[in-house]
Amino acid sequence: MHLYQVVKRRQLAPAIVLFEVEAPRVAAKVKPGQFVIVRMDEKSERIPLTVMDFNRERGTITIVVQDVGYSSCMINNLQEGSSFLDFVGPLGVPSDIENYGTVVCMGGGLGIAPIYPIARALREAGNHVISILGARTADLLILREEMAAVSDEVVIVTDDGSLGTKGYHSTGLDQILAQGHKVEVIWAIGPMVMMRAVARYTKTLGIKTIVSMNPIMVDGTGMCGACRVKVGEETKFACVDGPEFDGHLVDFELAMQRLAFYKDEENRAKAHGACGQEGGH
Amino acid sequence: MALKIPRHEMPCQEPAVRAHNFDEVALGYTEEMAVEEAKRCLQCKKPTCRSGCPVEVLIPDFIKQVAEGDFLAAAVTLKEKNSLPAICGRVCPQETQCESRCILGKKGEPVAIGRLERFVADYEIKFGESHGEKPAPTGKKVAIIGGGPSGLACAGDLAKSGHGVTVFEALHVAGGVLMYGIPQFRLPKEIVQTEINNLKEMGVEIRTNEVVGKITSVDELMASGGYDAVFIGTGAGLPYFMGIPGENLLGVYSANEFLTRTNLMKGYKFPEYATPIKVGKKVAVLGAGNVAMDGARTALRLGAEEVSIVYRRSREEMPARAEEAHHAEEEGINFRLLTNPVALHGDEKGWVKSMTCLRYELGEPDASGRRSPVPIPGSEFELEVDTVVVAIGQGPNPLVTKSTPGLELNRRGNIVADPETLATSKAGVFAGGDIVTGAATVILAMGAGKKAAASINAYLNGENRSH
Repeated sequence: MHLYQVVKRRQLAPAIVLFEVEAPRVAAKVKPGQFVIVRMDEKSERIPLTVMDFNRERGTITIVVQDVGYSSCMINNLQEGSSFLDFVGPLGVPSDIENYGTVVCMGGGLGIAPIYPIARALREAGNHVISILGARTADLLILREEMAAVSDEVVIVTDDGSLGTKGYHSTGLDQILAQGHKVEVIWAIGPMVMMRAVARYTKTLGIKTIVSMNPIMVDGTGMCGACRVKVGEETKFACVDGPEFDGHLVDFELAMQRLAFYKDEENRAKAHGACGQEGGH
Repeated sequence: MALKIPRHEMPCQEPAVRAHNFDEVALGYTEEMAVEEAKRCLQCKKPTCRSGCPVEVLIPDFIKQVAEGDFLAAAVTLKEKNSLPAICGRVCPQETQCESRCILGKKGEPVAIGRLERFVADYEIKFGESHGEKPAPTGKKVAIIGGGPSGLACAGDLAKSGHGVTVFEALHVAGGVLMYGIPQFRLPKEIVQTEINNLKEMGVEIRTNEVVGKITSVDELMASGGYDAVFIGTGAGLPYFMGIPGENLLGVYSANEFLTRTNLMKGYKFPEYATPIKVGKKVAVLGAGNVAMDGARTALRLGAEEVSIVYRRSREEMPARAEEAHHAEEEGINFRLLTNPVALHGDEKGWVKSMTCLRYELGEPDASGRRSPVPIPGSEFELEVDTVVVAIGQGPNPLVTKSTPGLELNRRGNIVADPETLATSKAGVFAGGDIVTGAATVILAMGAGKKAAASINAYLNGENRSH
């Protein structure tokens, strides 16, 4: 047996792949909201990925990876039976799961993957879970069945209206509120622009909103500070203080700027390697 | 006679050449040089040099063997007290330790003990054979948390005593600051891994990718993990920032990040290695310790045109080793002393472009005994920069301490340990190195690891030295 072997690979969308990976010690401890850091080989980056699922009996962790550049493309080329060189976790602080009443779990694009275990845990804790799943277009909307299985209600929104309601997560939230639901807490995970838009909107509504940040990281243990996030007046490290924060306090402009730190280098990496040249799906 | 031989300089790469590569700066003695240098040793009956060494290496003994040309025997002597001599020979501040106590140093220059240590260790790596003899197992198990200098030193000594030793390392490779912090040009990573492989051959198990505090805990290791004792050597892994406006701008790194990307992840070989490191033309490194010197010299090698150390005190107060500062200066690093930034400014895309600095003068000595810097009113000026590396120190990483109930900490978050035994407030749990002392040196951490190993040994043998 080799550690960190891919036992299942499933293409969820054109550039989005699900991997179930053997990592029994991580699987024994992981909780919803936490992440792992993976490395493909000696020359690879350390890539943080939020956990989508875990199976303590099988000793596996499931992650979902979107090809957005050199390293994620390399990962997505992994086949069943091949292995990650390194697989570290669980990292970060788990989601604060309790019985709040009615909660909304919003997943945008790839963000549907990490919202999945949170929705499941919230439901198991007794909440009425309403999920709002969004994507640019129907083809990119992943994990619909899985989310339906762990939610009491599911609302789907797409930018182009090719599936569900045409609009954004806020459109979906309006529908839910119009039905008379009293929403206690919202979890919103997705692209930075989506989380920013949701947080801005829910702030006006006065609904507590938790977001999961995905900044650039290196070690994931609080050692390097690459993942600095401004939350209110404080600088936090997403790897050890997060990755979840109060969305109403996060400085999204700074967070988006910081994601662009290595844009030039990303282009150089793509030019150098055989991977990621048509990235940015 | 002996006094007449001058101390042998160690051959180095030329500054103009080495400033553009990551190869080791110092090249080491040849056999002839080592023998000649060793012959300078007076072989004092009461060697004062040994008292300057935190691990009490048998200095005159190994030097005598070098003088006789028996380099492998010298290595055995060296390793009696120091399991990682190739590392210590490179990064110990010998000038303030062993060499500062050398009798020859009173009238002239001390024996180059560090250079001889390095020579012997390198010789053994090249020509030595593995000793491979393992002591009889005691059946006791010790968990070591953190694969840095203190943990490795502790592991080595415990393994020699026959205990089953497991090192839990958070990163994908053991070595701690030796791998992520100290640059390749000062301490080649191949050397570190050779020393670690020696420990593995002695039977030490190293479990990488295991973050204690997350995947397991101290209590769990002792309760269900079957470990009879635990040593915590998690180091000073929490970078401090200045707390001034603009520190989250793009182009502003902690020294830890800057060095980790370059050393551990081999960012200097990007894009062959996939982890990028970005350095601009004008780099300011804040701080003047060894880490700051490493950051500055790394920035230069990554292609920066102008690199400055920015430090609010004067040259005399700089915490860096004299040799490191000297090497940095030779390579063309600027020293902007008595200067400190008060704010960083960015462009419209969020990239740092300048720092507002204040000039300082030295006032009365402060609690540390160093003259304290006092800002000169109205001395603000702008310094153009496109990369800033913050190297003002590190605190204790809280992952292990926070997840260990009953472990007494001081108000800075360091573990409180008995200075003699390194026992903590928890029975069977020992701690040493930077997690106890705050950021210090590799050799002090190794000394602490060895001290803890002796205490753990006593504890496991029921000598109840601690709890």
